[in-house]
Amino acid sequence: MYSTEIVLEAVLNGLLTGGVYALVALGLTLVYGVLHIINFAHGALLTCAMFMVWAAWAWLGIDPYAAVLVVGPLMFGLGYGMQRLVIGPASRHDDGNILLVTLGLAIVLENALLAGFKSDTRTVATDYALEVVSIGPLLLSQPRLVGFAVTIVMTALLWLVLNRTDIGKAIRAVAREKTGARLVGIDVDHVYAVTFGIGCVCLAVAASLLMPTFYVNPRIGGAFVLVAFTIVVLGGMGSVVGALLGGLLIGAVESLSSLYLGDSLGQLGIFLIFIVVLLVRPTGLFGARV
Amino acid sequence: MTATDLLRPLLVVAVFAVVPWLGVSNATLNFLVYMLIVALAAQGWNILGGFGGQYSFGHAAFFGTGAYATAILQVQLGVNAWVGLVCGVAAGVAVGLFVGFLSFRSGLRGSYFALVTLAFAEVFRVVANAAGFTGGAAGLLIRLEPGVATLQFADRRITCMLVLGFVGLGLVISTWLTRSRFGAHLIAVRENEQAAEALGVDPMRVKLGAIALSAALTALAGCLYAQYFLFIDATIAYGPWISVEALLAPLVGGAGTVFGPLIGALALHGLGEATKGIAGSVPGIDLVVFGVVLILVIAFLPGGLMGGLARLAGRLRTIARGRRPAVEA
Amino acid sequence: MLVAEGLTKKFSGLVAVDEVSLAVAEGSLTGLIGPNGAGKTTVFAMLAGFLHPTGGRVLLDGADLTDEPPYRRARRGIARTFQITQPFAGLSVHENIAVGAYLRHARRADAMDRAAAVAERVGLSHELDKPAAALTVAGRKRLEVARALATEPRLLLLDEVLAGLNPSEVRDMIPVLRAIRDDGVTIFMIEHIMQAVMNLCETVYVIAQGRLVAAGTPQHVCAEPQVIEAYLGHGAAARIAAGGVHARG
Repeated sequence: MYSTEIVLEAVLNGLLTGGVYALVALGLTLVYGVLHIINFAHGALLTCAMFMVWAAWAWLGIDPYAAVLVVGPLMFGLGYGMQRLVIGPASRHDDGNILLVTLGLAIVLENALLAGFKSDTRTVATDYALEVVSIGPLLLSQPRLVGFAVTIVMTALLWLVLNRTDIGKAIRAVAREKTGARLVGIDVDHVYAVTFGIGCVCLAVAASLLMPTFYVNPRIGGAFVLVAFTIVVLGGMGSVVGALLGGLLIGAVESLSSLYLGDSLGQLGIFLIFIVVLLVRPTGLFGARV
Repeated sequence: MTATDLLRPLLVVAVFAVVPWLGVSNATLNFLVYMLIVALAAQGWNILGGFGGQYSFGHAAFFGTGAYATAILQVQLGVNAWVGLVCGVAAGVAVGLFVGFLSFRSGLRGSYFALVTLAFAEVFRVVANAAGFTGGAAGLLIRLEPGVATLQFADRRITCMLVLGFVGLGLVISTWLTRSRFGAHLIAVRENEQAAEALGVDPMRVKLGAIALSAALTALAGCLYAQYFLFIDATIAYGPWISVEALLAPLVGGAGTVFGPLIGALALHGLGEATKGIAGSVPGIDLVVFGVVLILVIAFLPGGLMGGLARLAGRLRTIARGRRPAVEA
Repeated sequence: MLVAEGLTKKFSGLVAVDEVSLAVAEGSLTGLIGPNGAGKTTVFAMLAGFLHPTGGRVLLDGADLTDEPPYRRARRGIARTFQITQPFAGLSVHENIAVGAYLRHARRADAMDRAAAVAERVGLSHELDKPAAALTVAGRKRLEVARALATEPRLLLLDEVLAGLNPSEVRDMIPVLRAIRDDGVTIFMIEHIMQAVMNLCETVYVIAQGRLVAAGTPQHVCAEPQVIEAYLGHGAAARIAAGGVHARG
């Protein structure tokens, strides 16, 4: 048995990791809530963002945190363009087609990165990567703490954008009633693409938070994508708050199952939760919509 | 199903059967065997996904179970390879029924069904990677021992014939689906489950039948893979690559058609080899092409290559009759 | 042959169907009418097994079917059509009907022959090779009937098969329905078009706001004050009696 402190530390560190998971899931759930599509390219897009952060650091010497100012707009553009030019036209709004087109995009992105960067694992070296903060007897990783704080801020920001801005209102209108929104003059295709873009910005932020302590290779998105799907399903498809809570929960579960089952089985707990939730309650634990 | 229904599948198999004996290189034989194994896995996917309309993103669960069952039985228990093959298929069917029963009972379909199958495959991968009897992360090596009893052949042409035989079986099963009550029920459930039920079709039974048949063929492909390459590990057997291969080929070739999976596998892998020939062997470059082809087919060629061919044939017939081609709906 | 006893359906507290009891006699042509939103389709869904009633029972020749899924009831000889037509869009008309025929004929050749014969009966012979999605509204209604008929039912539940047809199409359809009944198939139909009901049905049940308000021959039912009120609003019966209905209508 482990001491209370070790378990507590595992839970807290898990919650902190869960923050970044939540950010990844936030983008996914937003796209689902508005476009009603399951974006299989989400993991590959995260990999793209992580490579962008890495490139900004390795080629231009930009700090990973600062890189979000460059990577954010780039990812927005990538997401906007992908929805507007590829997913929308190619799928003709048929659900099955959308699923397959995003799968196709995932395959293209992932393997284009593989062709360009080979399968080597790359890291970013910063002088703060290993900093820890001690709270009482507990040691918490500083970059993760930063990540957690930024996630909370991003969730709040997203909530504000959705509820207090014109584009946010348009997004919610389209999410609720597409035809009605079109009738009152909302450019639905533009709103779709903007939503997709915002989802990608979430990934850019997640990438810049991850890179100081994590690594990137072309296949890394796969590790995140199922976790993100789990969170989204757990939190209720399309629910922003659900994504945050689901992310934290999954972070803690993963951390604890790694502690007790070892690293190789650590993700098993997540997948099993995912399957059980899908089978038992596919509307999620925390219901609400965007 | 009548004898004439079987004419076309037999003809196609015959054409493929001639190729290995034309003095082709070992590399070509390798390509053929690999492509046919993929085609077989894809034929399995096509039964559930194409005819049944239930898109699985986790057929690796069946492929891997077939591969592992046959390998474990031979390596750990010294069982005969043919018995291993039969057990591998049976194990695949069992996994299929398990996954199917849970998912269909919960009413999962569309994207949700895709996600849950993907998750099941990942669970198998993680467990196979960690467990002892699967050889863990090191994988399993089947001893090289050519012979009829071990299902290993020094002459690759024989292997090619063997796999082709099973692909032929897949073609016959698919043809049967287009000419039988079970097939009609399966397609009816795909098109409109409620209407099918009103006509006396038990959707649960039909879907379970489809996933069992589907898992059987894909597990068979897994067994043959293990027996040909003589090595498997968790990433090979249960990795996402085979789930993707199994669904790409039918979608590109024509989902829900008899020849779609085979034509799709041939087209994709032919294109993959050609790309490698042009671009050199950059890792992942063939898959980039696969992804682009998938998107293009969905955008411009609904029904895949077979659908395109059917439309082309229809147009030619109308022109031959001296009329203007009908405007498409 | 078909008996409903106290059928009740509540949707999250809201009573859609309230204690409806009715009986369809073997060999009869029976109608179920009522204003929009009265709960007719909900009653049908419970009879065919697509909705489980909150209370009450469904009996066929005395056997309790209440807990049987739709496909079992179809095997017992109850077939239904859908108000919103539900063709198998990717299949041809012939194959659509064959799916129904497969219920009693396992061999493809038999099922296809049977389907062609049924198509003949409902007037779809010339459309057999068309994709079902290409049919007109009238064609789709016929396809609904054909598919249900191909299961060789003893009881046919028709949900507004005349709705959406123009008057001449309605005229064409009425003899088709009568011929089906004359071949020994009991018919229970929901219908909006009063003239068709008067013309076809021997017995009519009227429901309004989920409740059974009248039953009897069409002539009898139409004279019932509750029925007039259900259709035309409160007080309408009195106004008709006073000859004042024209002023409103």
